Amino acid sequence: MPDQTPYIGRAMKRVEDPRLIKGIGTYVDDLRLPGLLHACILRSPYAHARIQRIDTTAAKAIPGVVGVFTGPEVNDSCGLVPCAAAIPDLKAPKHTVLASDRVYFVGHAVAVAVASDPYIARDAIDAIDVDYDPLPVVVNPEEAVKEGTPLTHPDLGTNVAFTHSVAGGSNIDDAFKRADRVIKHRLYHQRLTPMPIEPRGAVASYHAGEGTLTLWSSTQIPHLLRTLLPGMIGVAENKLRIVAPEVGGGFGAKLNVYAEEALVSHLAMRLNAPVKWIESRRENAASTIHGRDQIGEYEIAVKNDGTILGIKSRTIADLGAYNQLLTPMVPTLTGLVLTGCYRIPAVKIDIVGVYTNKMSTDAYRGAGRPEATYLIERLMDVIAREMGVDRLELRLKHFPAPTEFPFATSCGLTYDSGNYQGALTKAKQLAGWDQLLKERAAARAAGRLFGVGVSTYVEICAMGPSAAMPAGGWEWGCVRMEISGKVTVITGVSPHGQGQETSFAQIAADRLGVPIEDVVVLHGDTNVAHYGRDTYGSRGTAVGGTAIVMCIDKIVAKAKALAAHLLETTADHVEFANGTFSSPGVTNREIPWAELAGAAYIAKSLPAGFEPGLEASSFFEPSNFTFPFGTHICAVDVDRDTGHVAIKKYIAVDDCGPQINPLLVEGQVQGGIAHSIGQVLFEQTVYDENGQLLTGEFMDYAMPRASDIPEYVLGHTVTPSPVNPLGVKGVGEAGTIGSTPAIANAVLDALEPLGITHLDLPMTPERVWQAIKTRTAATV
Amino acid sequence: MPIPVRLRVNNTPREHTIEPRVLLVHYLRDHCNLTGTHVGCETGICGACTVLVDGKAVKSCTVFAVQADGSDVTTIEGLATNGHLHPVQQGFWDRHGLQCGYCTPGMIMASVHLLATGAAGSREAIAEGLRGNLCRCTGYSHIIDAVQNAQQAANAEVARA
Ligand code: FES
Ligand code: FES
Repeated sequence: MPDQTPYIGRAMKRVEDPRLIKGIGTYVDDLRLPGLLHACILRSPYAHARIQRIDTTAAKAIPGVVGVFTGPEVNDSCGLVPCAAAIPDLKAPKHTVLASDRVYFVGHAVAVAVASDPYIARDAIDAIDVDYDPLPVVVNPEEAVKEGTPLTHPDLGTNVAFTHSVAGGSNIDDAFKRADRVIKHRLYHQRLTPMPIEPRGAVASYHAGEGTLTLWSSTQIPHLLRTLLPGMIGVAENKLRIVAPEVGGGFGAKLNVYAEEALVSHLAMRLNAPVKWIESRRENAASTIHGRDQIGEYEIAVKNDGTILGIKSRTIADLGAYNQLLTPMVPTLTGLVLTGCYRIPAVKIDIVGVYTNKMSTDAYRGAGRPEATYLIERLMDVIAREMGVDRLELRLKHFPAPTEFPFATSCGLTYDSGNYQGALTKAKQLAGWDQLLKERAAARAAGRLFGVGVSTYVEICAMGPSAAMPAGGWEWGCVRMEISGKVTVITGVSPHGQGQETSFAQIAADRLGVPIEDVVVLHGDTNVAHYGRDTYGSRGTAVGGTAIVMCIDKIVAKAKALAAHLLETTADHVEFANGTFSSPGVTNREIPWAELAGAAYIAKSLPAGFEPGLEASSFFEPSNFTFPFGTHICAVDVDRDTGHVAIKKYIAVDDCGPQINPLLVEGQVQGGIAHSIGQVLFEQTVYDENGQLLTGEFMDYAMPRASDIPEYVLGHTVTPSPVNPLGVKGVGEAGTIGSTPAIANAVLDALEPLGITHLDLPMTPERVWQAIKTRTAATV
Repeated sequence: MPIPVRLRVNNTPREHTIEPRVLLVHYLRDHCNLTGTHVGCETGICGACTVLVDGKAVKSCTVFAVQADGSDVTTIEGLATNGHLHPVQQGFWDRHGLQCGYCTPGMIMASVHLLATGAAGSREAIAEGLRGNLCRCTGYSHIIDAVQNAQQAANAEVARA
């Protein structure tokens, strides 16, 4: 008797791992094609300059160099880099593949050399001679919106890309009139560099006879690329194959259509040879999207008892020099969840998107929701302190009750399901909240800076209904019961570490009643997964997994019709369980999948009108986003003498609905929290006043290391989503969304006895030490 | 001027004539076709390129291949023996010590070295010992679990012997 505990819910180890732990997975740089050429890109050392002259003679003369090309030589054949965000009245610069006559940020691609060997291609880049005429540089977005300041793109006549205003709920002016107090606060969400450990890379190969082009790219979005690249390179969608092989991390950095993907495609056609481009780390830091970079000013109308009547926010979002795929959309996402888990009757949001001479910002892990969560959760603590109310009571007071879901927010969303009180209670228990507060009291009495922080969050996942997405939010899947009884699952999502080869196999094996070993999950190749909308916005399982469930339902229904025929009964008398079709009471005969599939394909005895085969494909269109939530609690010790913050305790309770594979959920949460530890304590992308990137290598961009990570206490509650049949919500970004404010609040709680009420992120030892020093000097 | 280099990689003698400027990591990947060793930075920070040179963990982007002349190199591809995963590989699999897998070969090689030098005695020691390896996916917790698992397996092995 085979083990019949469901696979769903089991902490199973991953089927993708053996190849990866043996070092025999294939990432883009591992591809070996006959006659492969190597491209290397020359990038601007200036943030803003006119290109006076480019001399490529010496570079072209190097033996092994096949070609050197500048903007004027390729831009006309490559189309513009697309932006999919639909923002009314967006003023947008023309984003060519290589710079034309000006460069607009450090790292802007100026020329490309192609050679028989990557070392020679680098030599060629060094031999290109460019005369730049430096121009005034725009680095400060708050300055940039003022009249008479230098312009990032002089031809646009302004640095303002767009303004976006939303007002929701009840009348905001009334709310402020009724307020006992108006609390003002300013928060800066610093610029971050996603830094997947595998940089980007692409290989293009053109088949001149067929007119087909294959592009292997380290991307999260092979299908969106297949939709958008034809407009750039002139190869039709149905002659274009995009492959995302093993992808070494994305975090949003690879959720984009990049100039280089069009460039290598163009070069492969132009040179009639396969071309590879692998990004260096320096290029990755300068020329792959950055995240966050939003400055917000907030006003909150409150009653004396802490009741929040309304929030006004004014955000300045630094877009960088160009719009990448979703650049201007990200700050608008912040506006969508500004009210967090709370009933806040009135909101008014104004967002100004500003161009500066920097790399573009775009969707980095969480994209807009970490910004919103950080600010509302910081503000809750500020309100609690200012109004003298307990921070947990304040949060509880504004939570909708579990029975109030679906809950319409004043930002215009409808939260699907939730039990915020449940997650908070569980986190308090796991943390030993009261005990922690006692420890804090004891530490303070002993002169130690010990703080406890909390954040309760809700986020938007399962992106998303097509109505809300720029290019379709459905997902596609296909399931085939093979003639042998083996199962092939094909998904349009494109996992790159999330583990859906395992979790989708768990879903399929359960629903089909087959051993998981019999299921193979394919993805990431547009010739195999014909359609899809890829992996981002924590959508894989909730949207992609549902498409698989729909396929399976179709196959089982079809199989029942065939089984009825074989069992000489009608479909409504056929029972399907544990991979076997039977008709108790009619016959003792049982038909397992392998036999049924054989009959479906050999097709000697089919019911009338029955199409041979057992395969189904489906598009799932979600009716809403899903809204996972949770509570994170963090305790820190701050060293008075060094400003160093040590995380002593970290408790995360996340509710992503039912968990398909708890081991993978844990991995996503832990990885997400690490990004936040980086953001709160170490990381910031820094440009100096000349627009020079000071954080251009791992050496200068401080990401968390193993020894910076606390031991986590993880818990969960389970509130299924009504939006999909699995009830799942998504968990890829939760860690990053919930933890930034929890850690920041803990540090500020630790510093409260010194009267320090605000610190910008990142709270580096130097910044914390400076604050401590200033305060202690002031109070001595 | 290309010059000869001779070394053993995963117990196989290798002999090539290469430019002296070729980094060991590129030599392994492009001349020996062992692409399991990854490149994340080329500046000695991320550790994705970690291999064992004469038993010691070395970031192979920080040495030229010719500097490794005459040495014995083990890469991730050479770690499993007779089709059996090394306990560290097994630990990474069992404890979900990887997501995208890009840092993984370097993490595993660095962990093998930690275990071999007896420096994997506690979570703190493992975390400290892996400071030279960056992972952006896992948040490290499961990696530390993986190495602890491997350490326990190794201890059990010793106890049995
Ligand atoms: S590639 Fe060698 S340390 Fe990063
Ligand atoms: S598993 Fe992706 S970087 Fe470590």
